[in-house]
Amino acid sequence: MDAILLQVLNGLDKGGAYALIALGLTIIFGTLGVVNFAHGALFMLGAFCAVSIKAILSLDLVTLDPTKTTAWGTPLEIRQPYVEAWFGDFGTTLLEYSVPVSILIAIPVMLLLGIIMERGLIRYFYKRPHADQILVTFGLAIVLQEIIKSIFGANPIPQPAPETMQGMIDFGIAIGFDAGNVVYPMWRLIYFLFSLVIIGLVFAFLQFTTFGMVVRAGMADRETVGLLGIDIDRRFTIVFGIAAVVAGLAGVMYTPILSPDYHMGMDFLVLSFVVVVVGGMGSLGGAVLSGFLLGILQSFASMNEVKDILPGIDQIIIYLIAVAILLIRPRGLMGRKGVMEN
Amino acid sequence: MSLIDMHKKDWLLFIGFAAVTLLAPIIFTPIGAGYPDLLQKFAIYGIFALGFNILFGLTGYLSFGHAAFLGVGSYTAVWTFKMLSMNPIPAIIFATIVGGLFSALIGFISLRRTGIYFSILTLAFAQMSYNMAYSVLTPITNGETGLQLAQSDPRVLDVAFGRDYGAVLPSSDLFGIDMTGYPGFYFCGVVLIICFFIALRIFRSPFGMMLRAVKSNQNRMNYTGLNTRPYALTAFIISGMYAGLAGGLLAVTDPLAGAERMQWTASGEVVLMTILGGAGTLLGPVIGAGVIKYFENIFSAFNETILMQAYSMLPETLQHIMVNVSSLFVGEGWHLTLGALFMLIVIFLPGGLMEGLKRLRNLFAKPSGGEGPGNSADAVPQPANPA
Repeated sequence: MDAILLQVLNGLDKGGAYALIALGLTIIFGTLGVVNFAHGALFMLGAFCAVSIKAILSLDLVTLDPTKTTAWGTPLEIRQPYVEAWFGDFGTTLLEYSVPVSILIAIPVMLLLGIIMERGLIRYFYKRPHADQILVTFGLAIVLQEIIKSIFGANPIPQPAPETMQGMIDFGIAIGFDAGNVVYPMWRLIYFLFSLVIIGLVFAFLQFTTFGMVVRAGMADRETVGLLGIDIDRRFTIVFGIAAVVAGLAGVMYTPILSPDYHMGMDFLVLSFVVVVVGGMGSLGGAVLSGFLLGILQSFASMNEVKDILPGIDQIIIYLIAVAILLIRPRGLMGRKGVMEN
Repeated sequence: MSLIDMHKKDWLLFIGFAAVTLLAPIIFTPIGAGYPDLLQKFAIYGIFALGFNILFGLTGYLSFGHAAFLGVGSYTAVWTFKMLSMNPIPAIIFATIVGGLFSALIGFISLRRTGIYFSILTLAFAQMSYNMAYSVLTPITNGETGLQLAQSDPRVLDVAFGRDYGAVLPSSDLFGIDMTGYPGFYFCGVVLIICFFIALRIFRSPFGMMLRAVKSNQNRMNYTGLNTRPYALTAFIISGMYAGLAGGLLAVTDPLAGAERMQWTASGEVVLMTILGGAGTLLGPVIGAGVIKYFENIFSAFNETILMQAYSMLPETLQHIMVNVSSLFVGEGWHLTLGALFMLIVIFLPGGLMEGLKRLRNLFAKPSGGEGPGNSADAVPQPANPA
């Protein structure tokens, strides 16, 4: 029982990332009707927001201390980050919490990037065939990841979580197991809760605001909403920005779990597409559900007991499920009728 | 329908194509591409793109998993070398057959869906094969190291015919002609010419017409009571066989097979070759493959020293700026150029280079009466309703 619980927990953080990326993909698909192969790149850009903010915060002031010397006889260099020099203890805390702090900065950055992307490129592709949309966003994804590679290099850049959030939580005690059975890294739990909050916010935004209502109406019937005199294009631009923010935040928070490198977006993109298809194209609930479901199934497939029976299953389980779902339930788990039937 | 029954223009096209291929070492020398390694790549990726075009160009089904067939072809060819003979002919025959069988399996499942679902299904299958090649199938694929020849391989046929390679690691040879350098290129070139002929026949056949009908409006085809799936599946299998053959030839020229050939970026590359040249045209994909492999070769060889020389006529500060800017795009940054090229082509020239040529031709032909039907010997009518 506790082994099962542990695997469920293991799948939740990855599932959270899948769910967030897939949610953004589905929103873009449902509103703009665009298949965005560059969405993984947005996830990666979010992660590199965190990297650059950490790098900016740790820019340091180098002073020479004449009283001490190094082994080579030169004066000892004392390096102190500017934020510490200027803000004292607050600066230290700021540096320590660079990943959560990055969230605040990533939101406007990603929103802007998303809007630029939509206005600058995607909007010219609304009327083009899906194949063209796939191809142009695929090209964009390559360009974005190569730019990141030329700036930050090809190696993963580790981003530590704040020290207070690095430990393990003995999760089992809270629900009545013996101590030491279900021990779980705290950051992954935070990531899961964070993804739930973001998903909740997106749903609340779409459900309870007038803006969201118009967007949902636009998803159902774009033309009629336009006929009612509402500038649906401008709203959809903002929706694209929001989807970019969601992917970016997923990336920022994922950095302590997986050190970001330039191709992390591509790795997640393929899986996220599978998640969207399994959930049902255009169904937001389906994307979230299948994101978590596939995350959990993947973690079960990585158990040694399962791998002994079916070797290699952990590598292919997600694709196998996608194939099975598409053949049995072509619209996906919660797909709506009439969305991408052809 | 006999083989001879071909339009005069098509014969000219075919003969021209064959002549260019056979004279390639001379033709491509002025642009610095006249050496065998690169020419082999032109021919091999030309075959790959030709086959991909039979699926994507004619039926409009965008597969994102064709690299899987290429990889399977390579593995099959290397295994044939190991087990049977170092002669390339059995290797490419088996590579083609296995590529075809594998694509029949994947196509049968994937073609149940169309549009983006089809793309994602093929992508899922290719990624699955790639992951399996790295993990479970290590006994067959030799995992990350890649499948290599060994001195102790059985090579049953070679032994039966008394060929002994001695203590060196054998390389593939056609009845004693070593398959490296120019002989290797000519082997690939002849296969390319045969493949081009087959593609030409498919394009001009009623079957090819049917595939185009699938692209322009599948619903209407279904309403007329025709089941389109067998046609699409046949096209898928043919293109899978081309990919397997190309993979086999890769192994012939360099007897090594690795899983990275199956990665989905490799599938993306063949898509790019096809649209760069012009999807749905006969010559386009081969030209696209050539252009991409050429620039890949030229661009990735550039380094800062060469760039410094190239900009040597500029003032020094400007020289440094230009070198810094352009070094983003060459050498290691070649992929950036590739991605940018991808976007530019899709945005501005969806019909690829062939459409560009046609536009140029129309521009000059306009004064004398616009475009005639004979002008577009190998152009496909634009699909009326692509969505």
